[in-house]
Amino acid sequence: MKENKHIILKTENLSIGYQHKKTPKIVASNINLDIEKGKLVTVLGKNGIGKSTLLRTLSKVQQPISGNVYINQKKIEKLTEQQLSKQLSLVLTERLPESQLTVYELIALGRQPYTNWIDTLSKKDIEKIETAIAQTEIKHLKNKRFYELSDGQLQRVLIARALAQDTEIIILDEPTAHLDMHQTIKIFSLLKQLVLQTKKTIIISTHEINLAIQLADEIILLTEKTFFTGKPSELIANNAFDILFPKNLVNFNKTLQQFVINKN
Amino acid sequence: MENKSYTKHFIFLSVLLITLFFLNISFGSVSIPFKDIFSSIFGGNVAKDSWETIIINFRIPKAITAILVGSGLSICGLLMQTLFKNPLAGPFVLGISSGASLGVALLILGSSIFGGFFLTDTLSNWSLPIAASLGSFLVLLAVIIAANKVRNTMSILIIGLMFGSLTASIISVLAYFSEAAQIQQYLFWSFGSLGNLSWNEISVFAIIYTFGILSTIAVIKPLNSLLLGENYAKSLGINIKKSRNVILLITSVLTGVITAFSGPIAFVGLAVPHIAKMLFFSSNHKILIPAVAIIGAIVLLICDGIAQLPTSEFTLPINAITSLFGAPIVIWLLVRKKRIFV
Repeated sequence: MKENKHIILKTENLSIGYQHKKTPKIVASNINLDIEKGKLVTVLGKNGIGKSTLLRTLSKVQQPISGNVYINQKKIEKLTEQQLSKQLSLVLTERLPESQLTVYELIALGRQPYTNWIDTLSKKDIEKIETAIAQTEIKHLKNKRFYELSDGQLQRVLIARALAQDTEIIILDEPTAHLDMHQTIKIFSLLKQLVLQTKKTIIISTHEINLAIQLADEIILLTEKTFFTGKPSELIANNAFDILFPKNLVNFNKTLQQFVINKN
Repeated sequence: MENKSYTKHFIFLSVLLITLFFLNISFGSVSIPFKDIFSSIFGGNVAKDSWETIIINFRIPKAITAILVGSGLSICGLLMQTLFKNPLAGPFVLGISSGASLGVALLILGSSIFGGFFLTDTLSNWSLPIAASLGSFLVLLAVIIAANKVRNTMSILIIGLMFGSLTASIISVLAYFSEAAQIQQYLFWSFGSLGNLSWNEISVFAIIYTFGILSTIAVIKPLNSLLLGENYAKSLGINIKKSRNVILLITSVLTGVITAFSGPIAFVGLAVPHIAKMLFFSSNHKILIPAVAIIGAIVLLICDGIAQLPTSEFTLPINAITSLFGAPIVIWLLVRKKRIFV
C-alpha cells in the first residue's frame, strides 16, 4: 500500500546564495527537500555553511539563485506577501527596534494578515491570540513591555506571535542562540509539543545537535560538499555526522548518539 | 490592540487644545475683551468693527495655521521615526525641509543673480509656496529614487542628511552673491511665520493637510508592523516597498506644504512624537497618531503665544521660540526617562 504523505514544503534543484556584484555566490546547490506536514525539522551545520540562507530562501526573505520552492504545491514566488503570510510565519534572530510595544500587542501583530485595513481585532483574532499565549505559557507576561523580558521569555513571546499568525509552517532561525541549557531545552520541548498538538510543521536551524537527534522528526544536515536529509536514526546509520566537523578534535560516537571530544 | 485607559488623556488634551485656541486668539498687540472675541466668532455684535476684522482675518487664520503646522509636522516626525527605526528622524532629517528652503532661496536670492528671470518685486502670495513645494518635491523624488536603490533604511537616512547639507551649501553660495535686501528677505522667511495667511491660502493648506492625515490613517497597519522591523512586516503580508513610498510621499507633501506656508519650523517634528510616546507610554500608531496631532497643535499654539509677547507690538520669529523653549524640555524629558523609543 502506498504511504499517503502530505508534503507541505518542497524544493526542486534549489541553489541558494547571494548576488554579489552580478556574479552569484552560491552557498549550496541541488537542494531537493520534501518536508511533511506535522514534523519538527532541524537544519544543522557548522557556522557559515548556509543554514540561515536556506531558511531565508524557504521563507522568501531572500531570492534563490536558481530552482524553486513550493508550499502546498504552489510556487512561492507566485504567492503574494499577503497569501504567504497566511501559510508561513517567522521567528528571526534580528533584534527588534526599540519600541514600547507590550507583549500582548506584539503577539496581536501576528493577526495582521487577517485583520481589516485599520487593524481591528475580531473575536476570532482575540481567541487565536489567547490560545497562542496559553500554548507558550506566557500569560503572566501579557502586559509587560517586550524590552523588559529575558532572552528566553522574549523567544517564547516571538513563538507566540508566530502561532497567532495561524500558519501551517513556522520557520525559526536559531531560536536558542542566546539561551542557557535549561531555557534551550524548554524551547525545544515547547516546539516538539506544538508539533504534536497542532500538527504544524516547524523548521528550525540550530547548533544543538544532541537535542536535534533526540527530538527532531527530520534533520537537514548541511556540509561543505553535500547535504543529508532523513530521520536522525537514518543519518546516524549513514555516518552523516562524521563529516560535519574536521575529525581531529571531535568525533561522532554512534552508541552514545552524540559528539565526543577526542582525548589526547 | 487594547486601548483602554487612554480616553482620559484624550479628553484632557482636547480641552487643553480648545482652551489654548481661544487664549491664542485673545492675545495680540491690540487687546480685545473676551466678550467681543466670542461675538465676532459666533456672529454677535462687536463693539468695534476693527476688532472683528482683526479676529476674523488675522488671529483666527493664525491660530488655525498653528494647529495645522504643529500637528502636521509632528505626524511627519512620527512617520519618519517609525519608518527609519530611528528616534532622531524627523522631516528635517530627510532633507525635505531643506529642499523647500532651496526652492525659496532660488526664488528670492536667485532673482538678484539671474536678473529678471524670476519675479522680484511682485513676490505674489503664491510664488513662495509653489517654489517651496517644488523644492521639497524634487528632494523627495531624489530620496525615493535612492530609497528604491538601497535597501537599508539607515542609508536612506544618511542620503537625506547629505541632500540637506547639499542644499544648505547651495543656499550659502546663492547668499554670497546676493544683495543685502534679498538676503534679508530670505532670512525673514527662514525665521518662520504663522501669520500672513489669507483664508484662501488656508483652505488650500487645509485640503492638502486633510489629504495627508487621511492617508496617514490608511498606513497605520504597516506602521505598526514596521515596529518589528522590515522582515517581520513583510512576513505579515505588508508590501514594504509600497508602504515605504506612501509614507515618504505623505511626509514630503505635508512638510513641503507646511514649510512653504510657514517657513522651516524646527524641533516640533522631532520632539512632539517623543512627548507623546512618554505621555501615552505606547507605540501603537492607532493611539500615537491622534495623540501626536493634538500635542503638536498644542505645542505650536503655546509657542505662538510666547512669540507674540502678549500685549507687546513685536512678534518674535516662531522658529526661534520652538527651539528655545522646546529643546530644553525634550532634553529634560530624555534625561529623566533615560530611555528613548522609536
